[in-house]
Amino acid sequence: MYKILRKETFSDVTKLMEIQAPHVAHSAKAGQFIIVRIDEAGERIPLTIADYDKEKGSITIIFQEVGKSTMHLGRMEPGAEISTLAGPLGHPTEIKNYGTIICVGGGVGIAPIYPIARSLKEAGNTVISIIGARTKSLLFWEDKMREVSDELIACTDDGSYGRKSLVTEPLKEFLENKDKKIARVWAIGPAIMMKFVSLTTKPYNVPTVVSLNTIMIDGTGMCGGCRVLLDDGAQFVCVDGPEFDAHKVNWDSLLSRLRFYREEEQLSLQRYEHKCRLEGAAEGGR
Amino acid sequence: MAGLTQKERMKIKRHEMPNQDPFVRRGNYDEVALGYSLETAKEEAERCLQCKEPKCVEGCPVGVMIPQFIKALREGDIVKSVQWMKAKNNLPAICGRVCPQEVQCEGNCILGKKGEPVAIGRLERFVGDYELVHRTCPLEKAPKTGKKAAVVGSGPAGLTCAVDLAREGHEVTMFESLHSSGGVLIYGIPEFRLPKKVVHSEVNYAVECLGIDIKVDHIIGRTFTLDELLKNYSAVFLGTGAGLPSFMKIPGINYNGVMSANEFLTRVNLMKGYKFPEYDTPVKVGGEVAVIGAGNVAMDAARCSLRLQTLHSGKSENNSGEVHMVYRRSRDEVPARGEEFHHAEEEGVIFNFLTNPIEILGDEKGNVRGMRCIRMKLGEPDNSGRRSPAAILGSEFEMKVDTVIMALGTSPNPLVFVDAAGLERTRHGTVVADRKTGRTMKHRVWAGGDIITGAATVISAMGAGKRAAADINNFLKGEVPW
Ligand SMILES: Cc1cc2nc3c(=O)[nH]c(=O)nc-3n(C[C@H](O)[C@H](O)[C@H](O)COP(=O)(O)OP(=O)(O)OC[C@H]3O[C@@H](n4cnc5c(N)ncnc54)[C@H](O)[C@@H]3O)c2cc1C
Ligand SMILES: Cc1cc2nc3c(=O)[nH]c(=O)nc-3n(C[C@H](O)[C@H](O)[C@H](O)COP(=O)(O)OP(=O)(O)OC[C@H]3O[C@@H](n4cnc5c(N)ncnc54)[C@H](O)[C@@H]3O)c2cc1C
Ligand code: FES
Repeated sequence: MYKILRKETFSDVTKLMEIQAPHVAHSAKAGQFIIVRIDEAGERIPLTIADYDKEKGSITIIFQEVGKSTMHLGRMEPGAEISTLAGPLGHPTEIKNYGTIICVGGGVGIAPIYPIARSLKEAGNTVISIIGARTKSLLFWEDKMREVSDELIACTDDGSYGRKSLVTEPLKEFLENKDKKIARVWAIGPAIMMKFVSLTTKPYNVPTVVSLNTIMIDGTGMCGGCRVLLDDGAQFVCVDGPEFDAHKVNWDSLLSRLRFYREEEQLSLQRYEHKCRLEGAAEGGR
Repeated sequence: MAGLTQKERMKIKRHEMPNQDPFVRRGNYDEVALGYSLETAKEEAERCLQCKEPKCVEGCPVGVMIPQFIKALREGDIVKSVQWMKAKNNLPAICGRVCPQEVQCEGNCILGKKGEPVAIGRLERFVGDYELVHRTCPLEKAPKTGKKAAVVGSGPAGLTCAVDLAREGHEVTMFESLHSSGGVLIYGIPEFRLPKKVVHSEVNYAVECLGIDIKVDHIIGRTFTLDELLKNYSAVFLGTGAGLPSFMKIPGINYNGVMSANEFLTRVNLMKGYKFPEYDTPVKVGGEVAVIGAGNVAMDAARCSLRLQTLHSGKSENNSGEVHMVYRRSRDEVPARGEEFHHAEEEGVIFNFLTNPIEILGDEKGNVRGMRCIRMKLGEPDNSGRRSPAAILGSEFEMKVDTVIMALGTSPNPLVFVDAAGLERTRHGTVVADRKTGRTMKHRVWAGGDIITGAATVISAMGAGKRAAADINNFLKGEVPW
């Protein structure tokens, strides 16, 4: 069992948790992820290691409540314990001095992009960061991102904060700017955002790395459920990734595979919300 | 019945295993084979001729003393029967259920030459089940040696090795990447063939009696590397199995509805997907499932699919879909355990022999809508004596399916080989190890089970775990050098 040490609420749906997991903190690196299962009946879900503290033996995750499992996790409080926490999984980000690079974080993708931006900055890169979300309340860690960036642009889809645009707009402007050669782009966020980042950088031939968020079970290469179609065949995101060359990814296949369990996900969520309402009513009646 | 003559014994007919009715059982996940009663077990035990040179024992990869355990059983001394059994095999309740007896002990039984062999597997299960409930034969532990050993992987190979080492008084830590111990016994073989409470009970008993420390959620190669383990432990045993699935190299494998048998079975068994939404992990099959392959894994996937279809329809007598097995060789080459093949047919799985898929077809949404296949014929036997299949030109046809499950064989998962310099592997990805001792080419590292043989059997993995434990024990006690 793994104890929740600390919780921060960034918005109604975005939460941070620091969890006791010395075995994972021991070898965690930027770009890697864990598998979490809340309780006996829970599913195994992948979450990126947003930060880790080797001395304290803890890791930090940031997640968005999009369905049953993340919602259930979001309602847990410090002191509570979760059943499974396995990792670190996946290959770490390849950190070296590339020159000037851009880190794009969309929505909850800001969390995993942060340790990458930090490591790249430490390695001597000039770091430009673009963070974006649908609306102001979903944006977080602007201050932390600014600390590790030479330049930072924040945008929202609805204009409620920062620039009113998608992340791809400022990205395109940087790529157009002939004075500043962009050596590489990292993008983490919803699959659809990563797809458009990839389409944006492709004409400029700028190597682009994305961290793919396919559906997973074991996270160790045992099931193949996480496979993604690349130009040169299928690979397993959990062991061959999670980072891939964005220009090789078959995005339509990826998006379609993410939708496969849509009905079941909704059923699970409805059932959970119903249960919470009943429990709430029972408490209210006491 | 003590005084039966050999002739009289030979007249007794082999006792059928009581099974759940095929139409009922395909609507539930309860165990299919119900087990012998004490009466039936004793009567079946009477059939054994107590050969002076028992061939059955030669057929057993761990050399269970079969005539002895059967004799004790028919004399009504079940506790003694358990002792005979446990002297060689610590997991009889498991092996009695899953061993391919027809090619091992029972395949060698003299009675089988003319009639039917003694039902050794069923008797083994009877004795094992008795012990699960009564625990007459405690696992005893030698005084502490102060030596530490690590066992990686908690399947039959790792479990057997850990138990034998702990009995010798060594301090054993077992590392398992999943959240539950037991390897394929937990994530692969379905509940209706091997109830998980049997596996949990065996694992928990060993842990309690012997104080083995099991660390789940530890992926060796990621959480710790092999070289890190070697700093803290005097010996390391690798029993990580052959868990890496393979997909056919044909177009269309990424459509929704195509999965490896490992994914499907993990969702069903480890994650209890058949209980969705009570359990959170969904698993879905459509009305027309094709399972590629015909081994144990394929049989399990087909029979789980059938149950899911029936459970969803709510009517067990009226199956709501079709499950097809697609196999490129013929009925005679089916590699699955005989009983499973038979049960799959009884339950209504449809077999398509001499058929091979060449393309999976999808619709505009990216879901599977069909499969293009080609008919095969068997050629002359090759060097290994197997007749290899060849495609019949121009025989392509389309099968309407919405789910494709590939059970094509697996290879060792390479994750454990991160930072494991010196550990040699074959070109099939299996670890090179001495078959007698389990020693690998890397100092203080042993290996056994599917990781060295590729996908094989529970009992052969246990045998390998046992042999390695014996050598590790001698090494730790300083009786043999590396
Ligand atoms: C390597 C990796 C790292 C990840 N890191 C993070 C992280 O740091 N923070 C975070 O919030 N999420 C992360 N995710 C995504 C996270 O795993 C999913 O959001 C989670 O599994 C959803 O579970 P659920 O039961 O709450 O929702 P579900 O009921 O499973 O899904 C609800 C909705 O979310 C969508 N969805 C489901 N799975 C994913 C997915 N993998 N990616 C995107 N959308 C999905 C579904 O299509 C559906 O619309 C990561 C995924 C991967 C593969
Ligand atoms: C569906 C199915 C049905 C089968 N049916 C039968 C049958 O009826 N009869 C029969 O005799 N055999 C059967 N087999 C084969 C049999 O189960 C295997 O041969 C046997 O389990 C191999 O044992 P093992 O201990 O070598 O490996 P496994 O049982 O595979 O166990 C390996 C364990 O190591 C863990 N592991 C892997 N990598 C790591 C790592 N890096 N770090 C930590 N842990 C790790 C895995 O999670 C797993 O728990 C079947 C196999 C399958 C898949
Ligand atoms: S999650 Fe199972 S192989 Fe990647």
